[in-house]
Amino acid sequence: MLNWRWLGARALGALITLLGVTVVVFVVLRTIPGDAITASLGIESGTLTPAQRASLEHFYGIDRPWFAQLWAWISGVAHGDLGLSLTNGKSVTSLVASSLPVTVELAVLSALIGTAFGVVLGVLAGSRPGRASDSLTQGASLVGLAIPEFVLGTAVVTILAEAFHYFPDTGTFVPLTRSVSGNMSQILYPSLVLAVAFAANVMRTTRSEYVEMADADYVRTARGKGLSPGRVRRSHILRNATIPIVTLTGIQFGYLLGGTVIIEQIFALPGMGRLLFTAISNRDYPVVQGTVLVIAVLFVLVNLLVDLLYRMIDPRTRAS
Amino acid sequence: MSEPILAVRGLHTAIRTPSGPLEILRGVDLEVDRGETLAVVGESGSGKSFTALSIAGLLPAGAEVTSGQVLLEGRDLVALREPERRTVRGAEVGMVYQDPMTSLNPMMRIGRQVTEGLQAHGWSKDAARDRAVTVLGEVGLPSPQALMRLYPHQLSGGMRQRVLIACAIAPRPKVLIADEPTTALDVTIQQQIIQLVARLRDEYGIAVVWITHDLGVVARIADRVAVVYAGRVTELARTRSLFATPHHPYTDGLLRSLPTPGDPHQAPLPQIGGSPVALSALPPGCPFAPRCAHRQDRCDTEEPPLIDRAGSRAACWVPREDWHAPSAGVTGRA
Repeated sequence: MLNWRWLGARALGALITLLGVTVVVFVVLRTIPGDAITASLGIESGTLTPAQRASLEHFYGIDRPWFAQLWAWISGVAHGDLGLSLTNGKSVTSLVASSLPVTVELAVLSALIGTAFGVVLGVLAGSRPGRASDSLTQGASLVGLAIPEFVLGTAVVTILAEAFHYFPDTGTFVPLTRSVSGNMSQILYPSLVLAVAFAANVMRTTRSEYVEMADADYVRTARGKGLSPGRVRRSHILRNATIPIVTLTGIQFGYLLGGTVIIEQIFALPGMGRLLFTAISNRDYPVVQGTVLVIAVLFVLVNLLVDLLYRMIDPRTRAS
Repeated sequence: MSEPILAVRGLHTAIRTPSGPLEILRGVDLEVDRGETLAVVGESGSGKSFTALSIAGLLPAGAEVTSGQVLLEGRDLVALREPERRTVRGAEVGMVYQDPMTSLNPMMRIGRQVTEGLQAHGWSKDAARDRAVTVLGEVGLPSPQALMRLYPHQLSGGMRQRVLIACAIAPRPKVLIADEPTTALDVTIQQQIIQLVARLRDEYGIAVVWITHDLGVVARIADRVAVVYAGRVTELARTRSLFATPHHPYTDGLLRSLPTPGDPHQAPLPQIGGSPVALSALPPGCPFAPRCAHRQDRCDTEEPPLIDRAGSRAACWVPREDWHAPSAGVTGRA
């Protein structure tokens, strides 16, 4: 069932995507005004003599032309070395390793919550199109899509603090393996905030697919066999609606990774988003590059997974 | 003759529209006996498909039977509540559909599509499997064992229609409703499907209601014909008698517009003037009157019921003898 040629082509495509992302990030970073020197010294960097500046540039490794830097970085990556942070000298690999689990947990939890709510509400709305429950869920999903994450996130933090005097301890991140309740107290609320837009999108797709599939000829055939409404829904309507929902979930996952940058900042979570945000402010090129690369790899992997899943679900796309 | 296995009496079906309910069926009457095929003929919008869906209890959302009876061995299906109705659907009344390309679930193996209906009516998993293999063989599909594991996209249109027929007859229904099952197929496959249904009808002793707009198909399969126009049966007769001596001017017009195959000197075919009446703007009298060549004053004011004529029943006030134009009837086609 697994088509190796297809998989090879996909892997090659993924590699090209990652290379493209690397080059773009590399170039864009260097077009932002300022560098590691101005970021660490501030206005005092203006008092540096040309010789001092040159030696600092050499120290940071930013004196060579950008393509030479790019090449050096890429060959480092090929050897599994993401370089060292310009601000604290720690290896980028170790920084990423400590923040990646936070972001992955946040994204996966949001995706799970968002998919669960989205599918249930979508079926609810789609099975009675035009009724009050339909209009209500559709309206709610519009609101959910329209509210930006930073607004909703800030509001949630404020409400939790003001009304419930709830200040989650974010000093150090508690991994799920150490304490489930401690971990959840840090990660549940940001996940819920991220899940809102996710659920809204999934709900809208589920609803429209449900309405369309419920009208399909094969659904009438199924009813004509005397199946119960529940069985018609599960075996026929939902089974066929799964494909677009899975596809959408994959695409949405990319947006979710983008959303974590802001949400981690608001909820003070030490994840990839926060790492990236700080690194950009500090012009910490190696950290930015490393973080973006890892996020891109994550994104590509999820898409590959969705494609694989899609091929497993839909018999028509299997090689025959 | 004993009671017919299926009898439809005064069936009215309406759909909801923004401007109130619209009657699609305005009192349909028909009956079928065991081992017999009734063809329901009509043009698009005449209500023939709604007749099929009303009998099967598969009307789309927004449509419902408003009055009348669908009697299966004397039991009125219209009066049943949905959970009971479901026990009849599939088990006692099977249905075959117009478009085999879209009527099978693309995500489900053929075997499951046959067995799920059986299991819904209390068959065990193993019994349903055995029955599915048997019935897939009976409808003329090669190596049914292997076929069970295939998906619809791996089959041709004709094979898919055979699968749909297998789904319908697997639970041994008493009535099979075929809603234009050959329309989407090419001519050679059409003939095979027609022969297949005729063979199954005889083997199983089931009654078949065959919905079609194709009089050529009617001549080949039907024992009796019901011609539908504007939501009513306008003529109900034995096939041979209907083709020989139609008693309704509409039937007469339909038959006259049939070409004679192989006639090199075919004269231009006559056509029925005007266009089908809109159900939302029916005339007070006979719905066919505005297009009828034999119309009398009474036709404009009073809608005729089915009236017994020699060997036939026709919803027409005017006996054949009183028709204006010389009408020799079209013969030799049945």
